[in-house]
This record gives sequence, C-alpha cells and structure tokens, in this order.
Amino acid sequence: MSLKGAAYIAGAWEHPTRKAPDKSIALLHAECAKGALEDAGLTKDDIDGYFCAGDAPGGLGPLSMVDYMNLKCRHVDSTDVGGSSYQVAVGHAMEAIATGRCNVALITLSGRPRSEGQATGTAPRPGNPTAPEMQFEYPYGPATANLYGMAAARHMYEYGTTSEQLAWIKVAASHHAQHNPHAMLRDVVTVEDVVNSPMVSTPLHRLDCCVISDGGGALILTKPEIAKSLKRPLVKVIGVGESPKHQMGGNIDLTYTAARWSGPPAWEMAGIKPSDIKYASIYDSFTITVLMQLEDLGFCEKGQGGKFVSDGNLISGVGKLPFNTDGGGLCSNHPANRGGITKIIEAVRQLRGEAHPAVQVPNCDLAIAHGTGGAIGTRHCGSTVILERE
Amino acid sequence: MAYVARKIPFVGTPDTNPETKPYFEGAGAGKLMIRRCTSCKKVHHYPRQLCPFCFNDCAWEETSGKGTIYTLSVMERANPPYAIGYVTLAEGPSMLTNFVDCELGALKIGQDVKVTFVKTEGDGPSLPFFTPV
Ligand SMILES: [Zn+2]
Repeated sequence: MSLKGAAYIAGAWEHPTRKAPDKSIALLHAECAKGALEDAGLTKDDIDGYFCAGDAPGGLGPLSMVDYMNLKCRHVDSTDVGGSSYQVAVGHAMEAIATGRCNVALITLSGRPRSEGQATGTAPRPGNPTAPEMQFEYPYGPATANLYGMAAARHMYEYGTTSEQLAWIKVAASHHAQHNPHAMLRDVVTVEDVVNSPMVSTPLHRLDCCVISDGGGALILTKPEIAKSLKRPLVKVIGVGESPKHQMGGNIDLTYTAARWSGPPAWEMAGIKPSDIKYASIYDSFTITVLMQLEDLGFCEKGQGGKFVSDGNLISGVGKLPFNTDGGGLCSNHPANRGGITKIIEAVRQLRGEAHPAVQVPNCDLAIAHGTGGAIGTRHCGSTVILERE
Repeated sequence: MAYVARKIPFVGTPDTNPETKPYFEGAGAGKLMIRRCTSCKKVHHYPRQLCPFCFNDCAWEETSGKGTIYTLSVMERANPPYAIGYVTLAEGPSMLTNFVDCELGALKIGQDVKVTFVKTEGDGPSLPFFTPV
C-alpha cells in the first residue's frame, strides 16, 4: 500500500520569538500547538496523536508534554534523530493516519538554546560514556562546526568546491531573510562578506554557520476527509523517506549525506523528479549541509553542487531553485538547534501562496522539505518530505 | 604559529565498557589496537566484540600505527586551536583523531601520518593521536 496522499498538512505555525528567556520550553511547545490548531481551524480535543522528539522536555518521550497540554491520545511517537526528527514525524504520522491509529496528529518542536547561552556549534558536549562511540570521539573535540567542517574539507578536496561557492548559499538565504521581520539576520550579505567573516572551523566561516535561536513550530496532519472539511488550502503529503548514515565500521565517506538514501523512496512515492520541484526547503545548519543535500537529492550531479548554488541560483525570482525563502537556519532561526520543522512550515507557506510576496514562488504546486539531524561527520539521519498543493 | 597542546578530556574510565578495555591498555603500552573478525577477517573501528560486518567474534591485533589524512578541520575558535580529522589506517578503516606536534595550518588531506600517544587529563588513559611522518 502506498502512503501517497494518506495525510494532509492542515495546520502549520512557527513561533515568532527568537529569544524567549521568560518562557518555559513546555510553554513554547504548547504555544506552537495552539498556533497550529488555530491555523487549521481545529481544537485541542481534536488531537488524538502526538509526535515529538528529543527537544520535548521531561525525558520520557511524549509523556511530559501530553500531560502538560492535557491531550487524550491514541497514538504517540518520539523518534529522536535530531533536527531531522520532524520530517520523520510527518512520515510516521502519515502511517498512523493511514492505518487508523489516529486522525489528527500534532507535531511540535521548541527550545531556547539562545537564552540558555549554549555554545552550540563550537563546544564539544560530553555524553554518557556508555554510548559506544563516546570514548573514541569526545577526547578529540568533536563539535558541530568541525564535524561539518571535515565534510566540507573533503568535498573541496574531491570536487574542487570553493568557499566562494559555499558563500552563495548564505547570500541567497540573506536575500530572502531581508523580507522576514522575524529573522535574526536581515542584512543582505555578499560572497566577500561570507569568506571574510572570521574562521570558525576550517573551511567554515562564521557566516557559513546557522544562527542560534529560541523558538519552535508545530504541524497538524489529518486524514483527507478532515483536511477537506477545513477552510485552509490543501497541502497533501505525497512522498516521505528516512534513513540514517553512520561510520559503517570505519568505512568513512564524508562526500555524501543520508539524503542519498532518504530521497529515492520519497521521489518514488511521489512519482515526480527533482526538476518538477518549484520550491525547496533544505536543511541549512551550515552552507555545506545545503550543498551536499542538493547533490544527494538529485538536484544536480554529485560534485557539481558548488556550480549549482552559485550566481544566485537559489534566490527566489532569480535562480532556478528557490530555497529557504524564510531565510532558513542561516538567517532566520534554528529553534532548539533543530531546523526540521521550520523547513516544512515554509514549504507549506509556499504551497498555500502565503509566503512573503517578495519571495513567493508563482504557481507553487510541488515542494520538498528535507532534514538532516546529527552530524554528517559522524552519524546523522536524513529525512525527506514531498508536498503537493491540491 | 607554534603548536600549543590542548588538554585532552576523557569521559568515564577504561572500565566503563569492558568490551573496549584492551584498547586503552594497548594505548598505555604505546600500541594502537584494532579488532579483526575471526570469521570474515575484516578490521573495523571503533572497536566492537561482534564484527559490524558479519556479527561474529573479533580478536585484537596491533596496527602499524601508519595512515593518511582522510580529512581534517582546524577549530580556530578554540583556545588553543586544534585539528580534528579522520586518519585512514594502513590496515583499512578510518578513525577519528587529532593531529598534534605540528603546524596545524600546514596539514593536508592525503598526507602520511603516524601514531603517537598522549595522556588525557587527570587519571584518564593515554590515547592515540597522529603527527606528520
Ligand atoms: Zn566479520
């Protein structure tokens, strides 16, 4: 049985905050849930399935948040694969809806690393030493920035990718962010600005890195009958895929991401190809993340990502593939250090025709929202969602 | 820029995971130990008792300590800066490490390196690091 079209995204809401020192993480989750319900035209009592990931407070998956929000659920799922968890949740919610285990699924993400002063990208974080890799990695100082830096360095070595090409990704994001009043960084930047910004971890500069922000977002997925009874434009989920990639016993190859594996099942389910896509939300923890995922999803040949992203090709109204028209993680926000859900929300805005007029893609009927969670330098998950305006 | 060593942290002890204790004992004796499958004969890293390729038991053996740099990134934001990278060992697998006792800015992918051992902070064990040949 194909899952294609088994669920619709009926509600999508992004928290406008970028710094929330006076709110609890649980409150941010609940505010996002309320926003998504109002967007859909549904009420709290309609929810019978709840999906969250490791950013949900409490430590026992969904339990604290279903208690806090007082939800009566028939189905819960808390698969945690970092920032890609929310694309995974869309797929899992669609399966649950298709098999009758729930009718209205709520997905939430929230967090406040900015208020908590986390040195997210540059400070190695010790984990539990019983994690089998921990004692073989933590002593060497793996931080988010250098784990992605290692992938960028190898990509440059194998394919001749340049810092200037990576910079074009940030330039495109900044062109979009200037129109987003909530974005943290609204100034348009140039390639020179990016390559002249301070080096964080070679070859990634400060402006190759995403922002650190508080905030969150939520989605409501429903079965087709319910979606069609509501007043919102219909956004149908037509393709999903998920796959982890890791060190493979020491057979390290950092030239590609898990998108190489999560993409094909999503394309096959959707029955479309990359050239059919009008708008792409691509996970942008770093510029290199975008470049590699574009290659791995099939938007260009492996190794040609640098050329593909150059000269404004990702800028809405200018290039062939408008991406992250809200400014993305590079300029707008990266709540809880997890950008998966905001990728889906901006894709929904584009398909509804509700993106900012300056970046709205005309006749936007097919969009992709791809997530990468974890670190491409060690282990991560790729998750792909393809959406259609009906 | 002269090389400045950083303090190397360690979490837990070599006893935390009995499965990998011989790795740290080997490092303490100046040996980089690796595991080879008794069935399919493949080597892997980080070490496991059950082969990650066929799930049969593995035996320990000492490596040559030689390899080449697969990739690296110099964390310039840290004080002191340090170079993290993967070394592809002569025996096959690649391992995460740091490059020490060298000009970090001169390190290159493909460069030949050899193992050296550095003691971690406090009562922590010695661990393998790499330096240009
Ligand atoms: Zn084996």
